[in-house]
Amino acid sequence: MATKSLLARNNDLANTARQMEILSSGIFADGELPTFANKLKETHLFPLQPKKLEILQINLGYMCNQVCAHCHVDAGPDRKEIMTLETMQQCLEVIKNTGAHTLDLTGGAPEMNPNFKEFVEAAAKAGIKDFIVRSNLTIIRANKKYYELPKFFKKHNIHVVSSMPHWTRGKTDKQRGDGVFDKSIKALQMLNEVGYGREGSDLKLDLVYNPSGAFLPGDQMALENDFKKALKTDFNIDFHNLFAITNLPISRFLDYLIASENYEDYMFSLVDAYNPTAVANVMCTNTISVSWDGYLYDCDFNQMLNLKVASKVQHIGDYNEALLQDRNIIINQHCYGCTAGAGSSCQGVVA
Amino acid sequence: MAKPYYDASDLRKFGKITEWSEELGNKFFDYYGKVFEEGALTAREKSLIALAVAHTEQCPYCIDAYTKDGLERGITKEQMMEAIHVGAAIKSGATLVHGVQMMNKVNKLEM
Repeated sequence: MATKSLLARNNDLANTARQMEILSSGIFADGELPTFANKLKETHLFPLQPKKLEILQINLGYMCNQVCAHCHVDAGPDRKEIMTLETMQQCLEVIKNTGAHTLDLTGGAPEMNPNFKEFVEAAAKAGIKDFIVRSNLTIIRANKKYYELPKFFKKHNIHVVSSMPHWTRGKTDKQRGDGVFDKSIKALQMLNEVGYGREGSDLKLDLVYNPSGAFLPGDQMALENDFKKALKTDFNIDFHNLFAITNLPISRFLDYLIASENYEDYMFSLVDAYNPTAVANVMCTNTISVSWDGYLYDCDFNQMLNLKVASKVQHIGDYNEALLQDRNIIINQHCYGCTAGAGSSCQGVVA
Repeated sequence: MAKPYYDASDLRKFGKITEWSEELGNKFFDYYGKVFEEGALTAREKSLIALAVAHTEQCPYCIDAYTKDGLERGITKEQMMEAIHVGAAIKSGATLVHGVQMMNKVNKLEM
């Protein structure tokens, strides 16, 4: 599998304008499938607008120790976009005054930001109680300096949300890279050791499942049961909940869909599974996404498509929550990924 | 250009059979949907049965549909292949068990 980002490979799809062009042409241009905007109109849900802000999701950088085949961030070791101390300082100013109760840290591997720990500590001092760190797990085993992460997470009662595409080695390594499964298992055991994921424990450990291919996630509860049974039997691993997330047709997953000639069928599957009930709770209605360089987006996916919020306020340095909340959410055909079936968000199903 | 009898994209149009016979079509799809709900058997078990039968029936649409359904449920390729072997075993068993009929006939006809 590829060990470089699309960007480093000079792939056409590293260009976000090219991705937007693909998502707006073909089956959506000739009317074979309705655009997302038309689908929302059909179901009287247009325009999509934010509800109460609950989560600030901050992307600390696109650098990652893994190069997953489906990554919507196009993250990897070759990505140099890392949030600076100055931007972190601007985020902290916002954290002091925001109505959001949760700080959701993502990347890349957020832990690879050299100021990751300092930022968490400062945010805790600024009053954040609910932290989420989206950890790829293997980072905990990547280098000795990261071995202490489980203890650091515990110290700040950080809710750890970890990617785990399957309970078998073969399927996991195919999506995420050779050796990822074994390292992830070891990392989960380390988290369990300090108390994460155990029944009744306040140290929350949730897993994220996303399909390893051109198909939608099945029933979240059924998958959770299968994961729990297998991880417990095979490795004595405990975790709390499984979030089933749909792959959105952008970046590396879009590249895969096109290269494997699955793009059209996949889009048909997403549109067929459109669920208006899921629209009510899509994450862009309660989340603001902040990029490594401080720009504001409706969600992490829009961030990767370079679709900044439709507001006068577009940067964390000019943050004004009231003004920002009074906006329409930017949508396009990739949004079908969050409204298919039981819906999909960074917290799993929404309907 | 030669047109194949089967077209993978026809599967998406399956629902259209109701257009030419609404009542029967709807009754069929209601029934179909109900059959695959969680019951005395899990939806996962039913998916594997469907995959095996799809092969014995040699229905390309059903094979596409239940392979994808299996992947969505986290069913592994090893499990899918084993399910198909169950279908194949019954198919070949059904052929071979008729061998007894052949043997009976031979025994009856031969001196």
